[in-house]
Amino acid sequence: MERRRAAFQSGLAVFAAAVAAWWLPQVLELFSIINATVYTAMAVLALSLALVWGFGGILCFGQAAFFGLGGYAYAVGALNVGDTTWAIPIALLVPTLAAAALGYVMFYGRISDVYMGVITLTVTLILFNFINSTAGEEWRIGAAPLGGFNGIPATPPLNVPGDPGTPLTPEQIFVVALACLAGCYVLCKLILRSHFGRVVVAIRENELRASLLGYDVRLYKLGIFTIGGAMAGLAGMLFANCVFVSPTMFSLAYSGQIIIWVMIGGVGTLFGPVVGAMLLQALTAWAGTLPDINPNLILGLVLVVAVLAIPRGLQPTLAGLLRRREAP
Amino acid sequence: MDAILATGIQALTGIASLLLVSLGLAIVFGMMRVINLAHGEFLMLGAYSAILAVEAGVNLWVAMLVVAPVCVGLLGAVVERLVIRRLYGRMVDTMLATWGLSLALIGAVTMAFGNSVAGFSAPLGSVQIGAYSTSGYGLFLIGATVVLLLAVWMVLRFTPVGLIARGTMQNAGMAAALGVPTERVYALSFAAGAAVSGLAGALMAPFSGVVPTMGTAYIAKCFITVITGGAAMLAGTATAAGLLGSVNTIGTFAFTPVLGEVLMLGVAIVLLRLLPQGITGRFFRRAL
Amino acid sequence: MHRRTLLAAGGLAAPLVMQHAALGADPIKVVGIHDASGGLDIYGKPMIACLDFAVEEINAAGGLIGRPLAVTNYDPQSNIQLYTQFATQAATKDKAAVVHAGITSASREAIRPVLKRYNTLYFYNTQYEGGVCDRNAFCTGSTPAQNVSRLVPHVMKKWGKKVYILAADYNYGQITSKWVTKFTRENGGEVVGLDFFPLDVTNFGPAIQKIQAAKPDIVMSVLVGGAHISFYRQWAAAGMKSRIPMVSTTLGGGNESLVLSPEEGDGIICAFSYFQEVDTPANKAFLAKFKAKLGASTPYLGGELAMRSYVGVNLWAEGVRRAKSIDRMKVIEALESGVSFAGPPGLTTLDPKTHHTTVDVFIAEVKNKGFQVLETFPQSPPSDTQSVCDLQKEPNASKQVVVDIKT
Repeated sequence: MERRRAAFQSGLAVFAAAVAAWWLPQVLELFSIINATVYTAMAVLALSLALVWGFGGILCFGQAAFFGLGGYAYAVGALNVGDTTWAIPIALLVPTLAAAALGYVMFYGRISDVYMGVITLTVTLILFNFINSTAGEEWRIGAAPLGGFNGIPATPPLNVPGDPGTPLTPEQIFVVALACLAGCYVLCKLILRSHFGRVVVAIRENELRASLLGYDVRLYKLGIFTIGGAMAGLAGMLFANCVFVSPTMFSLAYSGQIIIWVMIGGVGTLFGPVVGAMLLQALTAWAGTLPDINPNLILGLVLVVAVLAIPRGLQPTLAGLLRRREAP
Repeated sequence: MDAILATGIQALTGIASLLLVSLGLAIVFGMMRVINLAHGEFLMLGAYSAILAVEAGVNLWVAMLVVAPVCVGLLGAVVERLVIRRLYGRMVDTMLATWGLSLALIGAVTMAFGNSVAGFSAPLGSVQIGAYSTSGYGLFLIGATVVLLLAVWMVLRFTPVGLIARGTMQNAGMAAALGVPTERVYALSFAAGAAVSGLAGALMAPFSGVVPTMGTAYIAKCFITVITGGAAMLAGTATAAGLLGSVNTIGTFAFTPVLGEVLMLGVAIVLLRLLPQGITGRFFRRAL
Repeated sequence: MHRRTLLAAGGLAAPLVMQHAALGADPIKVVGIHDASGGLDIYGKPMIACLDFAVEEINAAGGLIGRPLAVTNYDPQSNIQLYTQFATQAATKDKAAVVHAGITSASREAIRPVLKRYNTLYFYNTQYEGGVCDRNAFCTGSTPAQNVSRLVPHVMKKWGKKVYILAADYNYGQITSKWVTKFTRENGGEVVGLDFFPLDVTNFGPAIQKIQAAKPDIVMSVLVGGAHISFYRQWAAAGMKSRIPMVSTTLGGGNESLVLSPEEGDGIICAFSYFQEVDTPANKAFLAKFKAKLGASTPYLGGELAMRSYVGVNLWAEGVRRAKSIDRMKVIEALESGVSFAGPPGLTTLDPKTHHTTVDVFIAEVKNKGFQVLETFPQSPPSDTQSVCDLQKEPNASKQVVVDIKT
């Protein structure tokens, strides 16, 4: 039953992504396509924290660090190797290694709870400060100047594999992003169904009990944290393809937003955070167009009300409502 | 000699401002285990209320030392009543709700006053130390921080209210069983923390640009200082501010402002790795 | 109000290729992207006001080539990533005839490649560090060879040879500080210190002490934005203002001179290609009309940023008149035929080789929340960019050349 449901959900996600990839480029204009790609990249980012926080029980305040590292690794790689296809593995490798290193320090140092939050936040701030101060010409990696506050506006987009002269069109990048999102969703489902995933959830439920049963809690936490880091890096790569990389990717505002998306969508769910990310970005964009009202005010109020009114998040709350109606 | 003295004063100013802006957050976190992410905006509102009061003709010192803490303290009481009270014991939810509050406050203030306000310049003129000239207000800031810290400590240590507060902090259940109205203690602590933040914001105003987003520049630093300090709110925050503030100042002098900041953050990480419960998880465990 | 109705009228933008006489009354789309909120709004709001004013003047005079102009202003909220998004929107969705956009060099470098990719004409209307070499882009503000080159000798003659530079840590500050170094050395002076500050730094205590230890004759501020205002404040609080004189390449670009009290600001020397206080009949007439239009909400224009937006729109309009078309290449070629505009800041002439401008440069001193003009240098060419860029020879260039300065 459980297995069939997961397979059904994964199939549905892939199908929905395929339909979106086929249909949306036909009806949307270029500007909206690029925006939709940004939304999709952010949904991947939300998914990464949904996995780490919702299932691993690790509240990471620095998911933006891996997002930024992925973006920068892609930009630097792409400017250096020419064929941007080869920048994709670089964009995955750098944040993965960073997440593994940070996770090792935290989990093997037995740091938990709010202290972990502070360490992840601090690492993000260090990266932000560092990248922000690389405006001088001496800061370059190969052919890529880091650009400091400016970021790297000339980030080249992905090209047709093996043909560096032909960059993908925005429509094609949108399709790539959707494929990444669907792929990550299915991957999360697979992980959660595996033995590894079950142990991770068990640790979230009761760390002491899991370790008394003989599992190396540190190793499992490190594993899920690293996977989440890689996924955030992928999101950064996609984002670099439709906007460009700049230090704001490492900012406190981004780290906070990711947590908000997951929170609103529902901690401990996968689909909810994806929807949460899309909804809140749409809300931000809409609020920005209101003439006399500051967008921060609206976002802030929505967040406060959401925490008070639907503390479990959208997906569990809606599912609960449906179930109640079905029951006699 | 005068160079060393002047550098020392700069370091002390750095430590004092870090401690000053963190104290309100430390009180709220220490008393209630609540992390108030709208803390930065409480600082900002303190600065704004002082500026508005000065513009309305209130004496500068009254505006900074009385008007700002009273205004922000009252706001704190309202926020506690409307939001924080409903979320006790749910640390993550409180953080998110206060984050939302922080965004809303930034938005509201931007709408009300725009993005830049004239502000006011630092009173007290300048002081000559050998070949160096430094602002008298910086010295005042150091003194004010010491006085404020002592005042909070004395209230907690020597007054009946302080006794009740300490009791609630150590074991809220037991305190409640003994007839302490813990809800009111929490409400009061939150308002007091807010008032201290308001005061701090007003005191920092003459030194920094007053803009609606000024809180975001402080919140991460405050958060890191308080958590690195650990459970004992005054001793912990003071030692953490001392350590981090001096690392920052020395780094700034020896290298660049950015490197000073990065060094400070690096030290915070190393500290938390070595002392996973914060400084006062290991040292000064019985302090306040 | 006027702007809103125009906006509505511009809703049915026809593709640019379909310019038949029948469509003659269709408005020409002009897009402005400037920060109207966030930390940079002190610069952005006056720029938007001047852009709108220029367009309204042109419309009141019957529009361009028989068509009215319709302005759409986007607010990127001091967020660089929104700049790219709005630039894409202006080019692909609005199909704008021209985009006047960008305040910081960071924002310019974000939108310039986008507009180049989508073949949309771009005007950048502020003073900046120079060196942009791009046939699609026109930079109408002054550059270091025009302002810093005048400013440095002026103050060195007055006060001495040792200069200490404080600069904002991004491309504008990095490059401008090099220019300051170059001109200081050329005038026989010495740079005794150089510090960079990220845009969010507010504590300048250590920096002020470092300056005192270095004992310079002059402090040169290349600081930018709201947070850096606290430097001037702390400098005055430390009692340094009466001891070491200060010069700035940026102060006065926005409303800094209004925000600072006379005790904090007075005496700081700046150079721009315009000051609101410039005493010419043309400027007085402009200010009177500007004030009549905007009434109580008239912004203080300060240095050149807002005025260059006004000049930029008028230069572009002259190009369209000559080209008798809004086709991008035709307008570029018309603009390259030597267009000039005599406006409030004096005569501005476009340099065909670099797409920069020859302007009058003024040196002024902050006085009682305004400026007092001290010296005028008529018709200064953009010689810095001219030394590295020739768009007639390489029309396909799209780069920013950093002038190599031996430091």
